Amino acid sequence: MCRKAKNFIERTGAKATPGSGDQTPVIELQDVGYSYGGGDLLSGMTLSLLPGSFHFLTGPSGSGKTTFLKLCYGELKATSGRVSLMGQDARSLDRDGIAAVRRRVGVVHQDCQFLDHLDVASNVTLPLAAAGREADAGELSELLAWVGLSAQATAFPPSLSGGERQRAALARAVMMAPDMILADEPTGNLDWDMSVRLLTLLVELNRMGKSILIATHDMNLIRAAKQQVSARVLRIAGRKLTLAGADL
Amino acid sequence: MISFLTGDPRADRIVPPTGFTANLTVFAGAAMAFLAVFVLALSVASSRLADRWSAALSDTATVRISAPADQMARQTERVLSVLSTTPGVTAARAITPDETAALLAPWVGPDLPVADLPMPQLIEIAAAPQGFDAEGLGLRLAAEAPGAVLDDHTRWRAPLIAAASRLRLLSVAAAVLIAGAMAGMVTLAAHAALAANGQVIRVLRLVGARDTYIARAFVRRFTIRALIGAVGGSVVGVLVLSAFFATLRSDSFLAGLSPGAGDWVWVLAVPVFAALTAFAATRLAAFRMLRSVT
Repeated sequence: MCRKAKNFIERTGAKATPGSGDQTPVIELQDVGYSYGGGDLLSGMTLSLLPGSFHFLTGPSGSGKTTFLKLCYGELKATSGRVSLMGQDARSLDRDGIAAVRRRVGVVHQDCQFLDHLDVASNVTLPLAAAGREADAGELSELLAWVGLSAQATAFPPSLSGGERQRAALARAVMMAPDMILADEPTGNLDWDMSVRLLTLLVELNRMGKSILIATHDMNLIRAAKQQVSARVLRIAGRKLTLAGADL
Repeated sequence: MISFLTGDPRADRIVPPTGFTANLTVFAGAAMAFLAVFVLALSVASSRLADRWSAALSDTATVRISAPADQMARQTERVLSVLSTTPGVTAARAITPDETAALLAPWVGPDLPVADLPMPQLIEIAAAPQGFDAEGLGLRLAAEAPGAVLDDHTRWRAPLIAAASRLRLLSVAAAVLIAGAMAGMVTLAAHAALAANGQVIRVLRLVGARDTYIARAFVRRFTIRALIGAVGGSVVGVLVLSAFFATLRSDSFLAGLSPGAGDWVWVLAVPVFAALTAFAATRLAAFRMLRSVT
């Protein structure tokens, strides 16, 4: 990572570094369940994600990984139990409260979800614009350099490759200097080299104190992470959340 | 309001331009403003007409004397005498046979020997602005001249004023309908734009945008479109009406009904009202739509 980019991330986001200061869980679930009309999808889930933690979330397709992540950024409300987002009970949050939480939780989707009529720079600074803040050109430049998209700043999302889209989504996710990054199958459409490159960026964010939760079924990615960071692997199976063993 | 209209260019770019809804809103604003200008002109004209009729009839009255020929002159003298001492009556004069013939000419033609017919004697009364006591005068006339009947034009004036009032009421109803139709069209256009931009709204919510921020981007756009359309429609409406009244001859029945310079000021309210209608309609639609997006 270039030093200037690292400075940007640290300057704007290093609120909680591992092993220091406030250890209030960023996200906490207590006996949480979620039901669709047809029955329980998730039940009895208890988990605390501490500042600076790194977790993978695995499980078979359709097991509820995406639903779990949606509970973690307030897109869905638990049908039972208590979800605490940034120390606040999710049930007590109104729509503005949810919006405020999402400024502290960066989300990276597999399909990225860009606004195709805006260029990469505008998409990356979208969280700032939505917060009514002006993007600093220098900081944007540093951030794009960090994800390796300096040359694509004025390109439009449809013209980007899969890897570029994921890195742009990651840049957007960290634009507001969030406390936590949630990534839903971020490497699902990427080749191995690009997957490792994205993983490296996420590991760098974790080293700066960001909590990371990645939903994936790519065991190779988890093994690659093991060599760089202390990560825990959560597994959803049979509607339950389990810890898949010791630190990798 | 000015800061709302000038807006935030960055926020504006977030919502992609949508040709169909843009055109629909501009068209709705223009069409409704055009009609609203006509309704305003109708309202002004009906008020003028009512005032004109009312003024014309309220300042005059007529006494009609139907008596045998040998008593006609005497009763006429008595009536004129009574009128000369009646407070509120500024002048009274007997209509001459020639004037009576002229009044009847449109119906019976100029060749009819009116003088040979037993025509009633008419006495024209000019009243002071405060008017006179019609009931008291009627009683005095009945005592002095049994064949005299006072007509203070009330039975003519009342239905004319009622008709003008109904016309005004109709113009208000038309204005309300126009506003409602415009609100409906803008709401439909806003719904279409919001539905077409569902992905934009989801992404904005995902990155932490508040509902007010998202709604403002749409509301501002639709308000400005409606305002632009309404300004255009109002200008065209004024030009068409001006051209219409300019072609009227000075002795035309409608000549005095054209809106004056002061009346045109009301036209300025049309675009403002159109913008406010679009603002309210889009805001309502946007927040209703946003409630369905987490």
